Amino acid sequence: MKFALAVYGAPANSQAPQSALHFARALVAQGHEIVRLFFYQDGVNTATAIAQPPQDESNLSEEWQQFVQAHNLDAVVCIAAALRRGIVDQAESDRYELPGHNLRKGYELSGLGQLLDGALMADRFITFGA
Amino acid sequence: MSHSVCVISSRAPYSGQSAREALDMALVSASYDIETSLLLIGDGVYQLLKGQETGQIPRKNLAAMLQVLPLYGIDTIHVDQVSLGERGISSDVLQEGVTVLAEGELPLFIQQHSRVFNF
Repeated sequence: MKFALAVYGAPANSQAPQSALHFARALVAQGHEIVRLFFYQDGVNTATAIAQPPQDESNLSEEWQQFVQAHNLDAVVCIAAALRRGIVDQAESDRYELPGHNLRKGYELSGLGQLLDGALMADRFITFGA
Repeated sequence: MSHSVCVISSRAPYSGQSAREALDMALVSASYDIETSLLLIGDGVYQLLKGQETGQIPRKNLAAMLQVLPLYGIDTIHVDQVSLGERGISSDVLQEGVTVLAEGELPLFIQQHSRVFNF
């Protein structure tokens, strides 16, 4: 079955990214297809490369990135939500003349249309952190 | 298969960005020519109060932003009567262009859509 997953909560203040990762791993283990991951609202913080949780805690952003890259997933971060919250790639950093960029590799900044498109092409659309 | 989308917003207008980001979702969906409904439940019903003045916060006036919906083909905003009642809000303090869904109508209304986005 084709699944699209949306994550709306941030690692530091929501269980959403953790629950979504557990669910995504279970999907892959059972042979389902993840046609799109979409990070929206505070969920965009999952894609930051510079959050450093204490060493005795899991680094959820890193775990998510490894999962995305291992399975070559289509992982989209909402560009408007990301810019508002300080998550930018090299291109946006250059465009707004910001002092740096912090979007992890494997993710793409794009518009909300990608969330809609993912939900429409999937058999099941699952939201975490609404 | 032709799709229809229901965007459910359950947060107060200036509590974080949720209400704004739900509205954005509804506008994107409608702009793709998909039949789209915006349903306000819980604290989301506060988004419809008339007379919102946001200059002191300062934030964009969400009630004003909701008024662009008809330009995108969303002619009415649906609102849950139970949520209004729980908050002591009568329909005469709500802005125009609202359809109140009575208790019990909510499940059927949501089921009429092929996709639901919950905010």
